[in-house]
Formats: sequence, structure tokens, C-alpha cells
Amino acid sequence: MSWMNHDKLEKNSILLLGFIIVTVLIGGIVEIVPLFRMETVIEPVEGVRPYTPLELAGSNIYIREGCYNCHSQQVRPLRDEVVRYGHYSLAAESMYDHPFQWGSKRTGPDLARVGGKYSDDWHVAHMKEPRDLVPESIMPSYEFMLHRGADLGSLKQHMKALKTVGVPYTDEMIEWAEKDAAVQATGEARTDTGGLVERYGENVNARDFDGQPHMISEMDALIAYLQVLGTMVDFEAASAVEGGAQ
Amino acid sequence: MTDKQKNEHEKDIDHVTGVETTGHEWDGLKELNNPLPRWWVWVFIVCIVWSIWYFVIYPAWPVPGGATEGTGGYTQYKELAESQAEITARQEAYLERFEDASFQDILKDPELYAFASAGGAAAFKDNCATCHGTGGAGAKGYPNLNDDDWLWGGTLEDIHQTLEYGVRANNLDTRISQMPAFGKDGLLKREEINAVVDYVLSLSGGKTDGHEAQGAEIFKMQCASCHGADGKGLQEFGAPNLTDKIWLYGGDRQTIFETVYYARAGMMPAWGTRLDENTIKQLTIYLHELGGGE
Repeated sequence: MSWMNHDKLEKNSILLLGFIIVTVLIGGIVEIVPLFRMETVIEPVEGVRPYTPLELAGSNIYIREGCYNCHSQQVRPLRDEVVRYGHYSLAAESMYDHPFQWGSKRTGPDLARVGGKYSDDWHVAHMKEPRDLVPESIMPSYEFMLHRGADLGSLKQHMKALKTVGVPYTDEMIEWAEKDAAVQATGEARTDTGGLVERYGENVNARDFDGQPHMISEMDALIAYLQVLGTMVDFEAASAVEGGAQ
Repeated sequence: MTDKQKNEHEKDIDHVTGVETTGHEWDGLKELNNPLPRWWVWVFIVCIVWSIWYFVIYPAWPVPGGATEGTGGYTQYKELAESQAEITARQEAYLERFEDASFQDILKDPELYAFASAGGAAAFKDNCATCHGTGGAGAKGYPNLNDDDWLWGGTLEDIHQTLEYGVRANNLDTRISQMPAFGKDGLLKREEINAVVDYVLSLSGGKTDGHEAQGAEIFKMQCASCHGADGKGLQEFGAPNLTDKIWLYGGDRQTIFETVYYARAGMMPAWGTRLDENTIKQLTIYLHELGGGE
């Protein structure tokens, strides 16, 4: 059969190169072009907001410490996962994550819905020495975070960078980054959280997360981040989206 | 005419196998140009045909505004709902009766009771064991659930309320109380606290430094309104019984001093927003039977 005479292709490097480019282009176009219109692949859901500056600092620590090596943040739509972790993750829930923390490789449990599941005290005690609370745990101790101040100075730059890739931080949010982080780690009892709430909504957790009122530690930032994971979406609104998708 | 040019026009047949060669020669060796094995070619063709079928049946091609939906109507949402329905169907024999039954009915009905304690035990391991321990034995700051000592009440209704709304959790119906930080906020002097600690130790027959008489006076003024005049606690405020030897944070002098000086305010999340009503009901029964439910 003449169409099987691939030797013509194989003996002419320029022709071969041309065909390789065509093949790769088709694959690339099919994969990439739909992403130019993100809104068509992410079903919009009420309630998802960008991280507050303190949560963002926590997210940076999460990435720095490589928490993702053992913990995923993606509840898959499988029966057992939904029973264990709660409602499956929606694309919209990680649309402001850069990078996202999806995955299915879990040495520790999935953390997509860990927000509100444990008390702040629990997180502090667990981070200090995981085996005090979960005897079979192999997680390392992160006690040092209690003694290290969170890096609030660089938050503005982080927020600006995220803004360029589409996270809707306003100029006001960036301007107030450091202050908002400090306010969130202090809480209503000892400071005015009005501005923070105005910028990030009623449901922002503002309190002293690590039990050390005198400093804003990395532990404060990390726990603020963990406590918001998976808590932003109103699932009644989400179920309407699912109904539409079926 | 070179050899190479000649090979493009004439087939070079290997004499031993009778197969055409590629025409290249390396130190007298020639490469046979066998066709692809037929079976391989057929698998290749079948894969292509199968992929066309797959594109038609399942969601596949990205198109403007989303992706092709596929004629099979498959979505992961549906698959999940189906696999969940399978379990619901298996539980149906119990679920309907369980939903309507009161706690007392469940305790009287061996079938429903078995359903509740099995489901409760599973939910406990997933959700509660991280703080209260796999067996419910608790840890410092996290109550032991095996004993008869209840902070906020051990009746079925009390347990249900605590599970549903939590303790000092983020909702309006949560159980809430706040012990004053007697030392930190300057309500009592250090010696006074030491005396109170003596008195508290004496309540459960512990070793004291001999100031319990002074401590008893202060206790009456400062502590009795929540912990009771007899120190037996008040579940209404989640104030623990101080006369038993069960300690949430520790019963040594140093720990009790810290408790009075800085106060304690343990927090338990509300599970009503996270678990469905049946699971909370199962957990209630499980916990009631695990410890000495009231």
C-alpha cells in the first residue's frame, strides 16, 4: 500500500520535522486553547474569595515546607472520599491557588476540607508533636514555627504577583496587606477587624491562632490558612451549578 | 552510480530469509526490512476505532463553551450519586425507621441499636479519634469519653446538642462559657491562687500545702457560682466536677495553678455543618453507650 511508504518520510528530515510540528501542534491546540477561556472550564460558585494576607503567608509556608508531598487538597467525587472528607472539591475552590494543591498521593490525609474540623489548640499541639494526638502519625514536628515570626513584609509583593496572574486583589487590599495580616492574627477582642471584614467578607476567621498573643508567628499564618481550607463555598449554591451540569 | 542510488530503484533481497533489506550495509551486515507484525497493526487499528466510539459516548472534545457531552450522558456527579444510592439502598431497611425513631426507641430496638453503634463507631474513627483518641480515651485538653464524667451533660439530648453545635464553635447555638483568667487578669493574687489550688486538691483527696481553709473561702466567692458550692461542677456552664479524680488538663499542683491563673477554654467544632443528621444520631448513641451515658 502506497500510504504505508513511510520511508519517504523517514529519509527526508525536513519533511519529518514538518510532520512532527503538525502533530505536536494539534495536540497542543486541543489541550491549550480551551484554557484561554478559563471561565468555560471553571463552574462559578458563590463564596470563593482570594486568601487574606495572613492566609497567603500560611499558604507560602505550606509550600515552603513541602506539605504537599504528603497532603493533597482535592476530594475526588468518589463515594468513600466524600464520606470521609466531605463534599468533593470544585474547580472554583482552587481557582486562586497558585500553584494549586491537587493530587491523589496521600501519605497524610487530604486537607481540602480541614478548615474548622479541628480547634486551633489542636493544630498547635499537633504541629508541635503530632504523636501526642495521633500516636501512629509519621508527620515531622513543626514546633519551630511557633518561634519564628511570619514574613509579613513580603506579602505586598506576593499579592502583586498573584494579581498579575488573575487573582482579584484590589489596590486597597495590597496597600493594607501587612496591617490586615496583623489584625487577623490578633482578633476582634483586641483590635478593630472592621477593615479586614470589609475587604474579605464576614466569614474571615480573625483571632490569635497560635495561643501566643505577643507575636505573629508562622504558626499563626499556617493555622489561619488551614482553618479556611474548604470553608468558602456555600454548597447550596454549588448544588444548583451541579444541577445545571447534568 | 553509487550503491545507495541503486538501492532506491532495485529491491535488495536477503538470500537466507528471502526478506527485503533496508539496503544499508555495515561491515557486511544488512538490516532486514520486515513489515510490522499483523497482530500489532490490528491492535493499532482497533484502538483508533475504539477511540472514535469513546469520543462519541463520553465527554471528550473541547469546544467553545465547554466540551462535547457524549451520548452516554456520563458525568462524575452521576457516577457518585449512583454509588451513593447503592449504599442508601442497602441501608434502607434501617434508615427509614432510624430517621423517625427517638433515641429511646433506638436503644430498645436491637436492630436499630446495632445500626447506630456500627455507623457511630465508623464516624468516630474518621472524625473524632484525632482528638479524643481511637478508643475515646482522650488526651490533655480532650475529654475521655469512656468514663462517667460529662462536662456538658451525658444524656442523649445533651450529647446530641454538643455534637451538633460544638463547644465554643463558630455558631450561635454553640455551648459557651468562659472561665476567668484569675491570675493573668489580676482577679486573685498569687498566694490566693495557691490557696484555691490547695482547696481544689483537697476536694479529691490530694496532697495539699495546708492552706485549704483560706482557699475554701475564696472558692466560695469566686468559683462556686460555676463549679458549685460543693465543687461538683455544673453542666449548664460546662464547669467540671472537681471532686472526682478525673482531670481534663492534669491534676498536679502546677497544672491546676496554670488552669486557675490562665483559665482554660477548650473548643470543639460543630459537626452539624459537616455530618448529616443520621450520622450525628448514630454518633450520639455510640458515645452514650461508650461512656456511662446519663
